[in-house]
Amino acid sequence: MNYFGSAFAFILDPVNWSASEANPIGSRLGEHLWYTLLALVISAAIALPIGLLIGHTGRGRQAAVLISGGARALPTLGVITLLAVLIGIGLRAPLIAFVILAIPSILAGAYSGLEAVDRKTIDAARAMGMTEWQILRQVEVPLGLPLIIGGLRSATLQIVATATLAYYVGAEGLGSFIFLGLGTNDYPTTLVGAILVVALAVVLEIVYSIIQRLVVPAGVRAIRPQNDRSGATRSRSVVGSPLQEGNK
Amino acid sequence: MIEFRSVTKQYPDGTRAVEDFSLVIPSRKTTVFVGSSGCGKTTILRMINRMVDPSSGSIQIDGKDIGGLEPVALRRSIGYVMQNSGLLPHRKVVDNIATVPLLKGVKKREARLQALELMDTVGLDRAFADRYPSQLSGGQQQRVGVARGLAVDPNILLMDEPFGAVDPLVRSDLQEELIRLQRDLDKTVVFVTHDIDEAFYLGDQVVILKKGGHIAQVGSPAEILADPADDFVADFIGANRGKRALHIEETATGSILVDDDGRPAGTLTGSVPAAGGRAQP
Amino acid sequence: MNWVVQNASYVGDSALAHLQLSIPPIILSFVLSVPLGWVANRYRPVRGVLLTVAGLLYAIPSLPLLIVLPLFIGTGLRSPVNVIVVLTLYGMALMVRSTADALEAVEPDVRQSATAVGFSPWGRFWSVDFPLAGPVLLAGMRVVVVSTVSLVTVGGVLGVNGLGLLFTDGLQRAIIPEIVTGIVLVVVMALILDALLVLLGRALMPWTRATATPSRRAARRVLATA
Repeated sequence: MNYFGSAFAFILDPVNWSASEANPIGSRLGEHLWYTLLALVISAAIALPIGLLIGHTGRGRQAAVLISGGARALPTLGVITLLAVLIGIGLRAPLIAFVILAIPSILAGAYSGLEAVDRKTIDAARAMGMTEWQILRQVEVPLGLPLIIGGLRSATLQIVATATLAYYVGAEGLGSFIFLGLGTNDYPTTLVGAILVVALAVVLEIVYSIIQRLVVPAGVRAIRPQNDRSGATRSRSVVGSPLQEGNK
Repeated sequence: MIEFRSVTKQYPDGTRAVEDFSLVIPSRKTTVFVGSSGCGKTTILRMINRMVDPSSGSIQIDGKDIGGLEPVALRRSIGYVMQNSGLLPHRKVVDNIATVPLLKGVKKREARLQALELMDTVGLDRAFADRYPSQLSGGQQQRVGVARGLAVDPNILLMDEPFGAVDPLVRSDLQEELIRLQRDLDKTVVFVTHDIDEAFYLGDQVVILKKGGHIAQVGSPAEILADPADDFVADFIGANRGKRALHIEETATGSILVDDDGRPAGTLTGSVPAAGGRAQP
Repeated sequence: MNWVVQNASYVGDSALAHLQLSIPPIILSFVLSVPLGWVANRYRPVRGVLLTVAGLLYAIPSLPLLIVLPLFIGTGLRSPVNVIVVLTLYGMALMVRSTADALEAVEPDVRQSATAVGFSPWGRFWSVDFPLAGPVLLAGMRVVVVSTVSLVTVGGVLGVNGLGLLFTDGLQRAIIPEIVTGIVLVVVMALILDALLVLLGRALMPWTRATATPSRRAARRVLATA
């Protein structure tokens, strides 16, 4: 536990955060967060509209399931190293990798969020005279929001994890402590990086779980879907997050 | 008046839900479609507000072909009440009732006020206005559903087994309420049910359907009861089983009505015409 | 293709090492999760704690966990045991929730009638609850299998033997075929193990094939607008 003590001492020492240091924690943390935000915004801009479209129309569902399921098998290290060799060292390769790896979760969250909304509710909304756009905005998205956020949550954590590898292919971020330490057999430095990434991930996880609880619409009980036998094969792509269902 | 002219609905997989269906639904009366599941009654109902479009044939409302109307606008002008109410679970009761007026651009305050009045109309305490549907009983939810259907003061009210999912006592309450409402509001009600007793109780015109939307018989309850068109109808309304064929039987304590199987079905009140029984003193 | 042929034995060894690191966590996480999931389902307060811990654990990125864990279990950073323990923890993080959900989803009617016909609690669990929870458990395990095979590669950064080495080596020496071979082999291995799991599931749960038609789809067709 000696290592832990010194690693925490290093992290808690304000000196190591100041920009005058060779490898300031503040800057690395800022980069890590910046990569995460950037990749999240790009992947959400791509995947949310597609996911909502699939969820609303029910078309293209098979392909989406296949993509979001198959993407889980993609090794992140492989994707990021391949892009680095193809595109070159720098932020561009890892950024593309983050986006590729984040899209499936967001896609799955969006379409499964809309899918979880009771068909009868949507049918009634249509029968009342809502346009398709109104059904999406006023019924499906609010009711599916917990799952949609769940998708963003998985994507965010995926990016935070993968961003650790950014330094390995020539960008910065908290991974720099890990790889600098590994390169010089300096375990304490590696540990500092590891602890910071874990802390960041845990904080984000907690923030997301609070958001997810807040977006459950009033009047809708936050129940996890009962896995009936026919539903069992439904892939739980937003694993690790409480699933909610939009019917009463 | 709603008129179906040889309407057929065929699904892409080839199944024909409705075949060559023609019927006139009179205005300001209650027409009930009754039949067992899969007879196409719901499909026929849903064609009226273009939730389902016919594969061939046409439907006219007051002489106007609805095929040329914009579905969204058409639906907003027709009330629709479905089984399990179909309320939006994330909106309060009052907002659920006000949904369509709000879609049509009515001011929020006005729409809410109107919604509260509708709650009175359907016999729902205004105290429920700020509750969510999940906090209401099944019967109360159905009342909200009816109020929502009436919110734009439509001429036509479509009701798809609206009372199918509530328990019998509540159901008869709701049925009575609907009859009272219809007396006051005078709408063209199109009602779908699989319960022949409900059909006879509510309908001015009852349409008994066979598979594929084929009409077995159309008429008033009295006409159908008095003269079932064929064995299918007789069987469906229970005449063959003797449920409807009542006769009077004398017992030690008075006369009672008994069905064909000998099961007591009710008592006689008031004076009885010379049908074999003795008049009450 | 040339590269693969020339380095066939290196690739083969890495793939074998990869498989050897993948199988133990898959089996261990299942075996350990069933009792924990049962406990989580049986005792409400424990459920909250267990599922929260599982959720947080699952949120932790794999590389940092591989670095921190040796301090707790006393292995070396590059030890296969380290990798196996980390991946078992991830598998459990996923499967404890799946098991709890699966057991919760068993219909109370079925459970009560099983008790009524005279099953002991222990016998009922193994002959009723567990088999009925099977399909959900299978779905969970499919995710575990695929993500485990993929995650083993992260060990490559630390120098642990496996297909991950193809990525680190491929990056350093800029050999694209090496990296592509690694990706393809990982995906193929994941898909094969997944398929084997599905076959196993079919063999063990023949009744699931009979109820393959999701009622949801039927419902959607009934409500189809045109």
